[in-house]
Amino acid sequence: MALGPILGVLFDGFAYGMLLFLLSVGLSVTLGMMNFVNLAHCAFAMLGGYVTVTLSRTFGWPFLATLPMAFLAAAVTSVAFERTLYRRLYRAAELDQVLLTIGLAFMSVAVAAYFFGTVVQPVETPSYLRGSINFLGMTLGRYRLFLVATGLTVALLLVLALEYTRFGATVRAAVDNQRMARGLGINVESWFAVTFALGSGLAGLGGALAIEIVGLDPHFAFTYLVYVLIVVSVGGLGSIGGSFAAAVAIGISDMAGKYYFPALGSFLIYLVMVAVLMWRPTGLFGRR
Amino acid sequence: MAAPASSAVFEPGGHLEAQARWSGWEIAFWLATLLPFLLFPNHLVLASQIAITALFALSLDLILGYAGIVSLGHAAFFGLGAYTAGIMSKHGWTDPFLGLLAGAAVAGIAGYATSFIIARFRHLPLIMITMGLGFLLHEAANSAEWLTGGSDGLQGVRKGKLLGVIAFDLYGYAAYAYALCVLFLVFLAVRRLINSPFGLTLRGIRENPVRMPAIGAPSRAHIRKIYTIAAVVAGIAGAVLTQTTATVSLGVLDFQRSADVLVILVLGGAGRLYGGLIGAVIFLVARDQFSGIAPQYWYFWIGALLVTVVMLLPNGVLGGLAHLTRRWRGAAP
Repeated sequence: MALGPILGVLFDGFAYGMLLFLLSVGLSVTLGMMNFVNLAHCAFAMLGGYVTVTLSRTFGWPFLATLPMAFLAAAVTSVAFERTLYRRLYRAAELDQVLLTIGLAFMSVAVAAYFFGTVVQPVETPSYLRGSINFLGMTLGRYRLFLVATGLTVALLLVLALEYTRFGATVRAAVDNQRMARGLGINVESWFAVTFALGSGLAGLGGALAIEIVGLDPHFAFTYLVYVLIVVSVGGLGSIGGSFAAAVAIGISDMAGKYYFPALGSFLIYLVMVAVLMWRPTGLFGRR
Repeated sequence: MAAPASSAVFEPGGHLEAQARWSGWEIAFWLATLLPFLLFPNHLVLASQIAITALFALSLDLILGYAGIVSLGHAAFFGLGAYTAGIMSKHGWTDPFLGLLAGAAVAGIAGYATSFIIARFRHLPLIMITMGLGFLLHEAANSAEWLTGGSDGLQGVRKGKLLGVIAFDLYGYAAYAYALCVLFLVFLAVRRLINSPFGLTLRGIRENPVRMPAIGAPSRAHIRKIYTIAAVVAGIAGAVLTQTTATVSLGVLDFQRSADVLVILVLGGAGRLYGGLIGAVIFLVARDQFSGIAPQYWYFWIGALLVTVVMLLPNGVLGGLAHLTRRWRGAAP
C-alpha cells in the first residue's frame, strides 16, 4: 500500500482540523469563562464569510485584504449582541441561553438567505493560493498549506498571549475561578466582552477561510455548529490546547472516515463524541 | 388557586387533589378541539398535524418541563416510532393500533436503554450527549438503506383501516379523529401521572436534584422512569404521523425537529400540561399562514419569537397569561 495517499489524507484532515480550530476556539474560551452556551457562534463565522464574499466580488478587494475585515465585522457585531442581549442571561439557566442563541441563529439563516439567496457562494482566491505543489511524493494543495500556516500561527499567538501577557493572566484567572477573580478586582464581565469579541472574530476569520474548502450557504450557521460543539465538548471548555487537539483529531478522522468508509458518513464522529463525553463529561482537557 | 391554603402546613395530598380537579377551562379546551370538524373542514390535515405535534411536545414537557432534562435529540424517539410503524405496514401489518403499540415499544426500549446515560449527566454535557445520540440515529438511519430507504425515505408504506373498517380519507376526517383520540387518551394518562406523588417528586428533582435523594427520592431512578415514559409518548406521536400520512422520511429524525419541538414547548410554556398543546397550535397555524407568503423567511420570525419569549415571557404564553390572571385578581398572595 502506497504511503502517499495516506499522508495526503492526513494532510487534508489536518488542514480541515485547522479550520475547525479557528471556528471553535473562541466558543471554547467563552464557554469556559462565563458558562454561556452560545449556539449562534457559527452565525458570526457565517457573517465573516459573507463579508469576504461581498468585499471580494462586489468591491474587487484582494482575498487576503478581506480577511481582517471578516475578523473585524464578526468581532464588532458579536460584541454588540453581547452588550444588548447576552449580558442579561449570564445567570440564567442553560435552556434560556440555548433558546436565545438558537433564535439568533435562525434569524441569521433567514437574513443571509434574504440578502444572498440560498445558492452556494464561491470566492475568488488569488492565483498563488491555487493549484498544488509536490513535496516528497505528496501532492499538497497550496490553499491547504496556507490554512495550516494560518491555523498554526493563530494557535501560537493565542498560546503566547494567554500564557505571557497580563490579558492572558486575567482571562485564565476568570476561567479558572470566576468568583475569586472578581474578588481580586478583575471586571470579569468587561474582560468577557473583549474575549467574546476576539473569539467571534476568529470564528469570522474561520468562516472566511472555510469558503474555499466547504462553500458558503445560509445553513453554514447550523452545519458547522455541530462540528464546533463537538470540538469544544471533546477538547474541554476553556482549553486552547484541548480545542487544538480535538480539532485536529476530528478533522483527520472525519476526512479519513469520508475517504475510506464513505458509507458510515459522520457516524464515527458522533460516536467518538458521545463516548468521550460519557468517559469524561468535561472533555479530554477540561479542568472542571 | 381558588381557595388559599388556610393552614400553615403544606399538605401534599390536598394540593395534588386540587390540581387534579378538572377546571372549566380544560373542558372548554377539549370541546374546542372538536371545532375543526365543523368550522374548518378544509384544514383537517393541518389539525391532525397539530394534534401529533402537540403529543410530541407533551412528551418533551414530561422530561424538560417537569424533570428539568434539557434534550436536543428528542426527535430520535419520534423517528423510531415513525419508522417502526412504517416498516410494519410495509410488511403487511397495517392495523393502526398494532403499529402504535410497536412504535411505542421500540421507542420505549431505546429510551430505557439511553436513560442510563441520561440520568448520569446534567448541564452542557447532557445537551451535547442528547444531541449526539440524535445525530447518531439519524446517520444510522441514513446508512441503513435496506431497512429505511435512506435519504429517499421509506417506500411502500400502506394506510391501514381504523378498527378494520374506517379508511383514512383524503380530507383528513379520520386522520384528525384518530390523532385527537390518541392525544386525548395519552393526555389523560400524563395528567394522572403528573398529579401523582411521582409527578411531585419529578418537580422536586427539577428544582434540586441533589437534595431529593436526601429526603428519600432516588433522583436517577426517577429520571430513568420519566425518560422512558417520554420516549414511549414520542414514539406514539411518530407512529401516528406515519399512519396518517403514509410517508416516512429522514426528516422525522432531523435536528430541526428536535429544535422545533423545543421551541413549541417553550413558546407555550414548559412545565405546564397545556404548554405544548397551545404552543403546537400557535406554531403550526402561524407556519401555515406565513409559509404561504415567503417560506424561506419563516425561520426569521421563529427566531424573533424565541428571542422575544426568552427576553420578555420567561414562562411562555401560558406563564404570561397566568401572571396576568394573578395581577387581575389583585389580592392573590
